Amino acid sequence: MQSKLTFWLLTAVFVLFILFLYGPMIAIFILSFQGPTGGMTFPLRGMSLHWFADLFESSRYGDLGGAFMRSIILGLLAMVITVTVSFFAGLGFRRKFRGSGVLFYLAIISLVMPGVLTGLGIGTLFTTLGLRTNWLISGLGAHLTWTLPFGLLIMFAVLNRFNGSWEEAARDAGAKRTQVLTQVTLPILFPGLIAVALFGLTLSYDEFPRSLLTIGTKNTLPLQVASLTSNVTTPALYAIGTLTTALSLLVIAAAFAAIALTGRKR
Amino acid sequence: MTPNRMSQLSVLPFTTILTVFTGLPLLMVVLLSFWTFDGLEYRPEFTLANFAAVFSSPVTWKIFGNTLRYAAITWAITLVLGFAVSFYLVFHVRNLKLQIGLFLLCTIPFWTSTVIRMISWIPFLGREGLFNTGLMQLGLIDQPLEFLLFSDFAVILTYVNLFTLFMIVPIFNAMAKIDKNVIEAALDAGATGFQILRTIIIPLSRTGIALGTIFVVTLVMGDFFVVRVMSGGQSSTVVSAMKNNIDQMYYPQAAAMAVLLIAVVLGMVATILRVVDVRAELAK
Repeated sequence: MQSKLTFWLLTAVFVLFILFLYGPMIAIFILSFQGPTGGMTFPLRGMSLHWFADLFESSRYGDLGGAFMRSIILGLLAMVITVTVSFFAGLGFRRKFRGSGVLFYLAIISLVMPGVLTGLGIGTLFTTLGLRTNWLISGLGAHLTWTLPFGLLIMFAVLNRFNGSWEEAARDAGAKRTQVLTQVTLPILFPGLIAVALFGLTLSYDEFPRSLLTIGTKNTLPLQVASLTSNVTTPALYAIGTLTTALSLLVIAAAFAAIALTGRKR
Repeated sequence: MTPNRMSQLSVLPFTTILTVFTGLPLLMVVLLSFWTFDGLEYRPEFTLANFAAVFSSPVTWKIFGNTLRYAAITWAITLVLGFAVSFYLVFHVRNLKLQIGLFLLCTIPFWTSTVIRMISWIPFLGREGLFNTGLMQLGLIDQPLEFLLFSDFAVILTYVNLFTLFMIVPIFNAMAKIDKNVIEAALDAGATGFQILRTIIIPLSRTGIALGTIFVVTLVMGDFFVVRVMSGGQSSTVVSAMKNNIDQMYYPQAAAMAVLLIAVVLGMVATILRVVDVRAELAK
């Protein structure tokens, strides 16, 4: 099984896969620095920041700044709610309780239901009840139907490695329930919770199908970008891509740094 | 407080949010599919007309067939690719730090925008894209290949690009848990590499394969944007057809199609969960 041939064959597959994964993204990063007369494909006609500047100056791209702000706010809200709610849900799921089976299946349904359908349901539910869809209420709720089940699954994995006897020891030593939670359970699970936070933030920030019918009249960034794909035919589209991907990478780097730091403290 | 109560209280926010934003909307879609649409608006009067329209239309069967075909092809490719990559990382990369580093390299795109990753293919696949100009400069072709962009090929390529991660992560996790001593023992007993793969690694990776399958199949079946953009509007799936219905305000008919799709998707997921007890395996 450790034959040289299999090894090199699989190495080749892996390298090609990484190229396949990153190649197109790298291509649009390069193309976003296209000169003012350049087009959507190679060759580059000079290098410039023209298309980045255009994003901020031209009104052709709609309310990009506003869409970005809404996506960030939604992402942060989804992150805070996902971390808190899945933390307690994970703790609750450590033992069987009445209704735990049904709830688990509801979480699975929430995860596998096509996003546009979740949106359709939420949208028509709101209309039928005489409410307006709004990005902060129906939009946020739609995002949570995706981030919460994910958060719960990660909590399952995190709690696997958590030993319940640590909590018991604290209780035996006379700690109150809240003390056990804040001084034992929470600090030990903290790196896992950062992972849940990373998922909550980025999944919501990039969410497209669930936003479609639930955010009301004002677009979030993925919707704005999606609508631009059909009518913007300049490298400005790639400039948006470069900016939002750079931001995502920054968030991921920050999360990993936080996990590494809290891990080292112990 | 009893432990039962304690747990129920602890999951209460989770239960509430999912009931309001998944449970009730799902019920709403089912109700809506039985409501009457008069050409302008829908109202709560029971009818089976929506389902009759959906079932009697040959278009329905065509788009369901098309969706399932996309799902099956994407599933097969992502499974082989995801399995090979995970297998390589777990059993051929011996240095643990390098292994984790390469695994993260595979997962980073998951946290970036799918819309952006999809449009990244356009400068590659177009008539004047990198593939065509590259092949023409090499003298392999003298006319641009037309099938690269706005075709089934482009759709499936994009799906594989976007969704293989969802195969790699669970399969990698399952494989990483396999006790290396079992493989050593099999080698000592004279098993060939293929026998080890077939009798040890594949059976012990089945939770990962099952989870990855659920993700990939449901993501493909729920997609409308990739198919709309990458097929250039030439191909449609259930959700993209539904989206057209919604744009024309035919909500009840869209809902009837949605109910059908949800039934198919949940049926598939339930079958997979029945074969592999994902929940019990996750708790290991």
